[in-house]
Amino acid sequence: MKQKKDVLQGTLALMVLKTLDVLGPLHGYGIARRIEQISGDLLAVNQGTLYPVLLKLEQEGSVASEWGASENNRRARFYQLTREGRKQLQVETHDWQQTAAIIGRFFEAKAEDLS
Amino acid sequence: MTSLRRWVTRLLNSLTGRVDNQRLKEEIEEHIALETAENVRAGLPPQEARRQAILKFGGVEGIKEDYQAERAMQWIFLQDLRFSIRVLRKSPAFTIVAVVTLALGIAANAIVFSVMNALILHPLNVPQAESLYQLMRGKEAGNHSYPDYLDLRDRNRSFDELVAYGAAVAGIDTGGDPSSAWVELVTGNYFDGLRLQPYLGRLIHPSDEHGANSAPYVVLSYAYWHSHFHDDPGVLGRVVQVNKHPFTIVGVAPPQFHGTLTFFFPDFFVPLVNQEQVEGANNLNDRGKRSVFAVMGHLKAGVTREQATADLNAIGADLQTRYPKEDTGLTFSLAPPSLYGDRLGAPVKAFLTGLMLLAGLILLAACTNLGSLFAARAADRSREISLRLALGSSRGRILRQLFTEATLISLLGGVGGLASSVLLVHTLSLWQPFTRYPIHLDIKPDAIVYAFALLLAFVSGIVFGAVPVRQILRTNPYEVIKAGASGKAGQRLTLRDLLLVAQIAICALLVTSSLVAVRGLVRSLHSNFGFEPQNATLADIDLSMAGYHDAQVPAMQKRMLAAVEAIPGVESVGLVNPAPLDASSATSLVFTDKTADLSQANAAAQAFVYQISPEYFHAARTSLLSGRSFTWHDDQDAPRVAVVNEEFARTIFGSHSGVVGEYYKLPDGTRVQVVGIVEQGKYSSLTEEAKPAMFLPFLQSPSSETWMVVRSSRDAQQLGPAIRNTLRGLDAGLPVYIQTWTREMDHPLFATRMATLSLGVLGMMGALLTVTGIFGMAAYSVSKRLRELGIRMALGAQRREVLQAALGRACKLLAYGSAAGLLLGILASRVLSFLVYQATPRDPLVWAGVVLAMSLLGLLATWIPAQRALSVDPLRLLREE
Repeated sequence: MKQKKDVLQGTLALMVLKTLDVLGPLHGYGIARRIEQISGDLLAVNQGTLYPVLLKLEQEGSVASEWGASENNRRARFYQLTREGRKQLQVETHDWQQTAAIIGRFFEAKAEDLS
Repeated sequence: MTSLRRWVTRLLNSLTGRVDNQRLKEEIEEHIALETAENVRAGLPPQEARRQAILKFGGVEGIKEDYQAERAMQWIFLQDLRFSIRVLRKSPAFTIVAVVTLALGIAANAIVFSVMNALILHPLNVPQAESLYQLMRGKEAGNHSYPDYLDLRDRNRSFDELVAYGAAVAGIDTGGDPSSAWVELVTGNYFDGLRLQPYLGRLIHPSDEHGANSAPYVVLSYAYWHSHFHDDPGVLGRVVQVNKHPFTIVGVAPPQFHGTLTFFFPDFFVPLVNQEQVEGANNLNDRGKRSVFAVMGHLKAGVTREQATADLNAIGADLQTRYPKEDTGLTFSLAPPSLYGDRLGAPVKAFLTGLMLLAGLILLAACTNLGSLFAARAADRSREISLRLALGSSRGRILRQLFTEATLISLLGGVGGLASSVLLVHTLSLWQPFTRYPIHLDIKPDAIVYAFALLLAFVSGIVFGAVPVRQILRTNPYEVIKAGASGKAGQRLTLRDLLLVAQIAICALLVTSSLVAVRGLVRSLHSNFGFEPQNATLADIDLSMAGYHDAQVPAMQKRMLAAVEAIPGVESVGLVNPAPLDASSATSLVFTDKTADLSQANAAAQAFVYQISPEYFHAARTSLLSGRSFTWHDDQDAPRVAVVNEEFARTIFGSHSGVVGEYYKLPDGTRVQVVGIVEQGKYSSLTEEAKPAMFLPFLQSPSSETWMVVRSSRDAQQLGPAIRNTLRGLDAGLPVYIQTWTREMDHPLFATRMATLSLGVLGMMGALLTVTGIFGMAAYSVSKRLRELGIRMALGAQRREVLQAALGRACKLLAYGSAAGLLLGILASRVLSFLVYQATPRDPLVWAGVVLAMSLLGLLATWIPAQRALSVDPLRLLREE
């Protein structure tokens, strides 16, 4: 149970970092929308789970946040990647691609390849 | 790196305790507003748009919790603690019962452990105490002769140094206030051999010894210097009179040193070579007189106990062949000196281990009882627990919360128990049961004791907290809420039932025993001692302490009698040595007049011997049955006479009548004529059978030590100083010990009182445990069967039947346990009769008392559950469930 949540949080964090890297400063809703658009149904329910993740990234120093005005002119919290966050994104992207490649090769492997 | 930063931020946030819900709240509102707007744009009506937005956002509470958990470290423990405190405060009766029960168990353990710590675990206050051993001679811990000691000291190759000491009472006069004090007579190498340094001045050294009475030096104990010389460093070089002999104070011993026995506190130390001046006789050259109290020494480095024992035994064997007459049984073993070798060490260890075990059992019983109380509560709260489970709480969380409650109770109980044990131990260490002896237990609870008690409390909490675990793990929220608490009350005899019966039995046993003891104590207080301690004061005077010899002694004693008799309000005064029922009783073999061979095998009896003045029987209120008492003419020049008691007359002469005028013989062949018979009394202990005793006139068999019995109706508080002043008037240098005879009776009554007291205390503990045990069980069974009881009532059951259904089992267990306990108590009374006067369980009062006590306990324990069972409102109950 807990493990699954951790994995979700981990991937979510990576998506947040990438989104901010690509789109620049965004508020929570914007990030959620972007992730939803790209990932499909990962955030179709429980969009709120994004906020604890954002806080975690902020407390780690990967993102910074400040108040700003949203599209409908209300106060919204805008998140922005820090230098450290960028570095972390690079490292994690690399790690992730490596892991994905390994897992991918593993899944493609057939019985005769392993013998 | 990043995770460290996150951790630090969280820690800081949790420490500063900032709660920042505002930001999240605003963000959520903004998020939902934006989503709603998006939905409206997609064509949903505004209300539905908002609903969808909220649905999509997810459970706000859960997110808030996650958010908070992320923001700051969550002290879930603290939350649990706060909740536990609230829960416990809601049921104060339960909390108090639980805390008090546990406090009792912890206190019992802490006290016994403190004593054990002080007596056994704590090493003696001398350097390198671990290598210091006392020589046990055969089974005896001491009593070596001085020449034997010298041989052992000089010929052994295993000890760095062998030192020895003896103990004695001596009169000490520092100018003005002569008093008696406890002296340790030590060998010249004593302090060096124990590796001690002086606090002040110097200690005694081997170079001081130059034969008998050559070293008139005193080393004060720190405590005596403090109390009698007010820490005056100018005492060095001062001359004090010890039994009228001048001794020079040369030094003060280090503060923590009070001899090598943990419970004995001598006032000062003098060289053993001056034994004659202090004890009145010199045994330094007599191999047959085993007057050295203890011999000890540090093992040389690398020498094992076995090697040392073999070494000593070789010397012993050699001494036995050289001095076959004096030296027999010279086999040695080694033991720690602090409890006088194994002599006291072994029984004290066994006793304390037994006591520790008992205390452990008490705690264990307390834990099982608390466990069933907890189980009862868990059953009561099964709905709450099910609800929490249904709302998504994990079983782990609920268990943790339960353990927090248990730990909280155990810590409260632990602190309470520890506090009361510290108080009690403090009282115990101030307590001096024997006023004439410098004996007390110097017990100071230290960190080890505190740690022990708190650890014990913690472990107990886990033990009883664990009882309802299975119950909670099995809870199925769906079933509980659907069907209400399950009504299955097992009729199987469980382990818990057996434990409870055992507890009740032990409690009943203790109650029986303590009632027997109390009855015995009351009887012994009103029994006939052969004298009347009420309205009499005793003065113990040893004339040898003031330098009197031979013919001076009876002359001075006559003057003392005359002087004290003249004090206003004094009715009569007599002398007796020793005081009856005093610790030091003297006996002598007696022979019939016809016996020619006066060897031990031919003795007719062994009788207690008392040297008395003519007025003694009158002063002590001992009634004369026939014949006469002594007169002042029964002196050295008159024929030897004696007054005997009834048992003496019966054993030696076969009958009561016609004994006056008959003769019997003492071991030295002296013929003694019986001139009177007095009533039977108690001589060495209150529980003894009738024993023979003879009274001899002090003018014919003098003794320098006597007890003066002063009978007066005057207040003892005034009489004591009056006697002291009168005696001072005769001789300013005479040490006197004055005590009322009733107080002095504390000694012979000590064992009985202690037995009664400890049985009483144990009985109270047993009672408390029984109450909590029955209470827990009854409460559990009532709460389990509440629904069933409600239905029974709805169907018309009477109160009696409901009670029977609810509490029948508890009452049955109580009855079984009590009966078993009473039976055991009857058996145990045989053991008790060694300590308690006429201990007999065949006493209707005892039986009635036990039955009454156990019924009261049962009533007390079942009162609350019974009330609960009776107040069941079937309508409400059935509607609710």
